[in-house]
Amino acid sequence: MSYLTRRLSTFPLVMLGVSILVFVAIRMVPGDAITAMLGTEAGLLTPAQREALANYFGIDQPIAVQYWHWLLGVFRGDLGISVTYGKPVLGVILERFPLTLQLALMSMCVALLVGLPAGVFAATRNEKMSDLAVRIFAMIGQSTPNFVVGLLIIYALSAGFGILPTMGEFTPLLVDPLRNLGQMILPAVTLGFAFAASVTRISRSAMLDVLSDDYVRTARSKGVPKRSVIWRHALPNALIPVVTLSGVEFGYLLGGAVLVEQIYALPGLGRLVLDAILQRDYALVQGCVLFIAFNFMVVNLIVDLVYVALDPRIRLGEGG
Amino acid sequence: MGRHFSTRLISGFAFAATLGVSFVTSPASAATLRMAWSQDATGLDPHKQTAFSSIRLLELIYEPLVRLDKDLKIVPAIASSWEFSDGGKQLTFKLNPNAKFQDGKPVTPADVKASFERVLDEKTAAAARANFRSIASIETPDPTTVVFKLSQPDVPLLTAMASINAAIVPASEITAGSVGTKALGSGPFKLEKWDPNSKEVLTANKDWAGGKVGVDGIDISVLPDETAILASLRTKQIDFALLNDPLVATLVPKETNLTLNRTPVLAYHVLQLNASRKPMNELGVRQAISCAIDRQDVLDTASVGEGKVTGPLTAPGYTTDASQLFCYKRDVEKAKKLMADAGYADGFSATVIAANGEPATAASEAQVIQSQLAEIGVKLDIKMMELNVYVDAWLKGDFDMAVALNGGRADPYSMYNRYWTKAGNLQKVANYIDDTLDSQMQKGREETDPAKRKAIFADFEKHLVEMSPWVWLYTSYSYTAQQKNVQGFVPTPEGSLFGLSKVTVQQ
Repeated sequence: MSYLTRRLSTFPLVMLGVSILVFVAIRMVPGDAITAMLGTEAGLLTPAQREALANYFGIDQPIAVQYWHWLLGVFRGDLGISVTYGKPVLGVILERFPLTLQLALMSMCVALLVGLPAGVFAATRNEKMSDLAVRIFAMIGQSTPNFVVGLLIIYALSAGFGILPTMGEFTPLLVDPLRNLGQMILPAVTLGFAFAASVTRISRSAMLDVLSDDYVRTARSKGVPKRSVIWRHALPNALIPVVTLSGVEFGYLLGGAVLVEQIYALPGLGRLVLDAILQRDYALVQGCVLFIAFNFMVVNLIVDLVYVALDPRIRLGEGG
Repeated sequence: MGRHFSTRLISGFAFAATLGVSFVTSPASAATLRMAWSQDATGLDPHKQTAFSSIRLLELIYEPLVRLDKDLKIVPAIASSWEFSDGGKQLTFKLNPNAKFQDGKPVTPADVKASFERVLDEKTAAAARANFRSIASIETPDPTTVVFKLSQPDVPLLTAMASINAAIVPASEITAGSVGTKALGSGPFKLEKWDPNSKEVLTANKDWAGGKVGVDGIDISVLPDETAILASLRTKQIDFALLNDPLVATLVPKETNLTLNRTPVLAYHVLQLNASRKPMNELGVRQAISCAIDRQDVLDTASVGEGKVTGPLTAPGYTTDASQLFCYKRDVEKAKKLMADAGYADGFSATVIAANGEPATAASEAQVIQSQLAEIGVKLDIKMMELNVYVDAWLKGDFDMAVALNGGRADPYSMYNRYWTKAGNLQKVANYIDDTLDSQMQKGREETDPAKRKAIFADFEKHLVEMSPWVWLYTSYSYTAQQKNVQGFVPTPEGSLFGLSKVTVQQ
């Protein structure tokens, strides 16, 4: 059995585990769809009213029965109906996903475009002032929460320059690319900021390792120009930890960036999950978590495949 | 190559920055009001939704029989007149003949009857049903008259009917079961589009019986972060906003192009003591806690002074001079003596629960109270909870003390019968009742003379504060912010946005 088939065959098992976990966990949290809708007014309900509502929200059955019904639905490709949106869960998720995917891609671009050159630059000037400057910048980047960065950007732009991206109504990329990029660039920079700092640090240390390898010294002594040694010979070998980091980070980003979406009012997956949890929209929470877990597994798989492309010595699935 | 690369990188960012500027706001559009709030409605069924955030939207779309104005006086909505008869056991409404639903059909007595029957039907699961239990039957003698026959005199019923939870919906929609999905009301605006937690588009209802609507429509954006709302106001991307956080609201007056509307509301901040638990079951301990708390200090520290110290009665027309209430002037010595007399000279430990961000000042309130009570030896452990978890514990009465922001009503009976009557639905939360409170509430329910009602509830308030099952702290404000060219908005103590029906946007 090839590596790919074997990896793919574990997907359903992981998904099943994730689904049971989230199904039980969200129901174990105190409060339910009824208190989420009515707040303290839920205390005014008569037992008959409460029963009617529980039936409406589908929470009047034992958990095992609820899970069984839900699982049967999943096999039919039906993740259930979101009570908040009054629409099928999968449809709601797929409406939000393009934004999240775009945001993840854009912030990864920001991170790599800034982080990689910065890391390489710092490595080649090891222990010099410029290296120190990059490292300080990276440390600040990594330790500043992204909502602080986001709020600072919004404040600086709106108070200092009187400008701000349009918030509230999101324009998809294909509908109006300029307007869309206008809305997305600040969130991408905000998210990419900390991400770039991690990339800088990882690529710097990986680069330092590689630069001290024999083959680099050989290449240099053969008279290969320094620039070529760094970008052609050393960098590809230093990329593996960067790919790992980016893969993990990208996987997280595909789960939505709750705080950044919240600050910039972007209707992405992160806010969808948060609102679903707060409103105890069980079907939607389950659907979202499952979808995010699936994305994460796919991204991990892709990362593993990229390793092979980067380093032919790595053989996947052959053990040892 | 490195340099070449960085040049490209810089030009890339320059392009991005240009984009950033290119989406600068367009000037205010003709007459559509662009509005923002941080919390969206959670549903469209006016009979079922109780969250403020839902009511704010639904009261633009639906109408009840009567409405409360800015002074909390009952004024016509769908009904043009009304009167109590038969010793307060019959309530008759005359409907406005011009009242129409947004599909052009007139509002008939049959619609009124069907709407109230829907609220009263337990299968509907309307929480507001508790306010309408005195309705025994509904009659529709002619095409403009509705008669409610009551099982007992119920003066507060009329005020309860002013709630959007008693909105009149078309009987045909009830039969079709589409009330929660199709928002069809008789109010000033039609809901064209609702994208939950993101956006609402409303257009003016040209046939509205209440007169001409001042704008063509309202575009509502949900901006979850109120700092972002302020930034959008600052850059003129929105014309009008609802704000919850006093810390953000107090920044609005610093902006020259913005106006802040600041209205005292009926909701009250309170420290609920659980009198069924030791040692809060001791009157002396509860009174000691009341005496040890400096309400003005809680207000000043937690809420930057944005509010007013209050007793239990918060509705204009019923409020009394708070400084005259029991221990409303902090008296630590008296508190210590009360503690010692109750056998708790060394104090005790207790847990206080509060909800994250609900209200925005909850955590700060708990902290100030914690430090004040420490002075009489009460060691408070603060437990912050997600709102739903908090509500769950609150409804079960599973707490020693709770910091709460409880909703107020225009009528004291509707506001407090759930807590301070023997049959109250939330007795389990209040955990304290005595004969005096119960009988005063019953008297207040039946008395029709306004002056006598006021006196009854003043006695009720005095007794309640002395028994100190809860420590009432302060009422805060509701805030809306608007551009200077937005005119005509009238806020109300209920925090209603119904005033948007008369708002105009100047070019």
